[in-house]
Amino acid sequence: MTEPISTSSNPAGNDRTFLDSNELILNMGPQHPSTHGVLRVILKLDGEKVRGTECVIGYLHRGVEKIAENRTYAMFNPYVDRMDYVASVSNGLGYCLAIEKLLNTEAPLRAQYIRVIMTELNRLASHMVWLGTHALDIGAMTPLFYTFRDREEILKIFEKYCGARLTTHAFRIGGCIYEAYEGMEQEILDYCTFLEPKIDEYEQLLTTNRIWVERTRGVGFISGEDCIALGVTGPVLRASGVKWDLRKAQPYSSYEKFDFEIPIGVNGDTYDRYLVRMAEMRQSVRIIRQAVAGLPAGPIMAKIPKVLKPPVGEVYVSIEAPKGELGYFVVSDGSTQPYRIRVRPPSFVNLQALDKMVRGQLVADVVAVIGTLDIVLGEVDR
Amino acid sequence: MLQYLQGYLSQPVTPGEAGNYLWATVYIVIVITGISLVVLAMNWGERKALAHMQVRLGPMRVGPHGLLQPFADAIKLMTKEDIIPDGADKLVFWLAPVVIVITAWTTFLVVPFGRTHAITDMNIGVLFMLGVSSLSVLGIVMAGWASNSSYPLMGSLRSSAQMISYEVAMGLAVVSAILMTGLSDSGIYLHHAGSTAASGVGTLSMIGIVEAQAQQGTWFIFKFFPFGLIAFMIFAIAMVAETNRAPFDLPEAESELVAGFHTEYSGFRWSLFMLAEYSGMLAVSSIAVTLWLGGWLRPFATWHGPQIVIPHYWQGGALDLASSLLPALIFFLLALVCLAGVIRMPRIPIFRFQTIGLAVFGLLLGFIGLVLLAPPVRDRIQDIFWFTMKIAFFMYMYIWYRATFPRYRFDQLMRVGWKVLLPVALGVLIVTAVVGVLR
Repeated sequence: MTEPISTSSNPAGNDRTFLDSNELILNMGPQHPSTHGVLRVILKLDGEKVRGTECVIGYLHRGVEKIAENRTYAMFNPYVDRMDYVASVSNGLGYCLAIEKLLNTEAPLRAQYIRVIMTELNRLASHMVWLGTHALDIGAMTPLFYTFRDREEILKIFEKYCGARLTTHAFRIGGCIYEAYEGMEQEILDYCTFLEPKIDEYEQLLTTNRIWVERTRGVGFISGEDCIALGVTGPVLRASGVKWDLRKAQPYSSYEKFDFEIPIGVNGDTYDRYLVRMAEMRQSVRIIRQAVAGLPAGPIMAKIPKVLKPPVGEVYVSIEAPKGELGYFVVSDGSTQPYRIRVRPPSFVNLQALDKMVRGQLVADVVAVIGTLDIVLGEVDR
Repeated sequence: MLQYLQGYLSQPVTPGEAGNYLWATVYIVIVITGISLVVLAMNWGERKALAHMQVRLGPMRVGPHGLLQPFADAIKLMTKEDIIPDGADKLVFWLAPVVIVITAWTTFLVVPFGRTHAITDMNIGVLFMLGVSSLSVLGIVMAGWASNSSYPLMGSLRSSAQMISYEVAMGLAVVSAILMTGLSDSGIYLHHAGSTAASGVGTLSMIGIVEAQAQQGTWFIFKFFPFGLIAFMIFAIAMVAETNRAPFDLPEAESELVAGFHTEYSGFRWSLFMLAEYSGMLAVSSIAVTLWLGGWLRPFATWHGPQIVIPHYWQGGALDLASSLLPALIFFLLALVCLAGVIRMPRIPIFRFQTIGLAVFGLLLGFIGLVLLAPPVRDRIQDIFWFTMKIAFFMYMYIWYRATFPRYRFDQLMRVGWKVLLPVALGVLIVTAVVGVLR
């Protein structure tokens, strides 16, 4: 299916001169405006047409998983924020849930609700970054500034809640360490009412924009079967018509108590993925409203020992991060430090689909597809 | 000396037509300086307008409201290290920005800023402009090839394909406007009064085209409605593609080709590309203004209003008076805006320099406004003023497009050019000819 690209001489022979070669090897990245960080894609081009791609990753590798083996369970918690740095709250939630499962404990209900509120706010923030940069890749400059303006309000809520804007470290193993600040509920509800017309505004700019539709419809098609075969999850999978969302399929952190829908697409192209994510933003607002309205009283921290020494064993816990299934596989040998932590990052797995999606399309589609996959290199490389 | 000046300025012909080399040179210097200044102003204006459309402030630090930012940028670019990549073809690499700037500036040879405010008038003016402005593709291809790098190469290939495709539609739209110069509503073939051959079938001279619009009493955008309008729209779309601006900015598509054909350029050479791009925008806008929007004619030029007499100052139509006072009024308004800004500035030491700068700028604008009130200046500046306003409209549209539209993909761009614009332009050309002859 995907033959590797040789960057050296062509296999046909050495008699072809430079001028009559009709293939161009183009290095896109790691310094390139629209590879979302330090992704390097080697493109094999025939004119403007893409014959094949090869992703070279690892430029942002920090050995997060290895670091985990030399840290205690609680000490590693802030490191996970640095993986998908635009959705750090989700990362923290996944990690905390995994260790809680290992400890065989559960966060109190109030903590679960606060976690849901924060995670969904983070999903909104992550989708806003996606929308802005995706639109910028396709050439629409303006949405970026609108989405970042509105994302700023979410970051302010994070800052008020836990003191950090980007790498939040909002949750702790066993619950939350911060109680909701004074007036947080009202502020979040106000934000929801503020945001809904803004989502309409983004859609006004793009959804029926002729150039936008032409640039995205039919671009980067991937079928549901291929998605499943490649392990692609999240909005990319749902846009191909597969109704799979871990919040519904394996509810965690009280998601079963909320009433929301899973938007799915039909065509599996970039335009559908755009629509799915836009619909997801509205659903997130819906979940946040319910969670704030039903926020129960009670403790926010489960009773867990000061020194965490989980029993020997292994767990795999996955959550629905904004970009797809974020899984943590944790092996404990009974000591204070994990024996091994393996992260299943959605961006890394989704990036596999890039070659399938862009083969036979044009150069301009490559950046559109990278944008629509919504990858964060911090998470791809870890 | 003064008499010579006055005598010269009251001549009804351009220096080029009069064969006056001295004045032609003076005009060339004025025009080139003017273009460079306008490009600087446009740099600031684009960044400001774009920023405000995108809920930002834009440049705010260098000078009041970033007014000195373009100068700072220009100084920065000129003092930057001059880099020529190792693998580059040095001569061509050096030549490309020169070629592109020369072609961009040469087009202004025939741009009529007013009846006599042009360097020269040619009987093939429009053809000359189209021809020379399409030469800029040569500079782009040279830049892309000489850089010896993949992104510039792809950018320049895209650019050449794009410019050639859109020139076809553009040229057909221009032809339909040129047809109109020979077709008046009353069915009489006009004889153009200028230097061009009065063959009775219209004119290609830029000045002649505007005069034809004056004589027919209508701008060509409104002529044979809606065909003039459609031809204008085709030109307005094609000219954006021709100048490689959003949404047709594929040759320098930032998100795909990094910076397209000028990826390897930096410093002064890069600034020459920018200068050429903005000069090119001015040039094609001036073609559009000349062909469809009545060139230097003011709106409702045939409508003078009631006669009024102000002793020693004015004798004639009220509307003529109003329009002749408009430039001064606009400058006064800008001065007021600046002075209002001075009042609104926070009274803290950090802003003292900015406040003084803004006040000086406001006073300067007010002074220009006062000068424009004087009758000799007032009357001579009319043509240039209206021409500039119309160009400014196009420039604003360019910025607006950039803030609004996503970028076309290459195949879509070609489809729009060949399958939409070209057939429509052909149809409009034929219909214009038929309607014009039958009327």
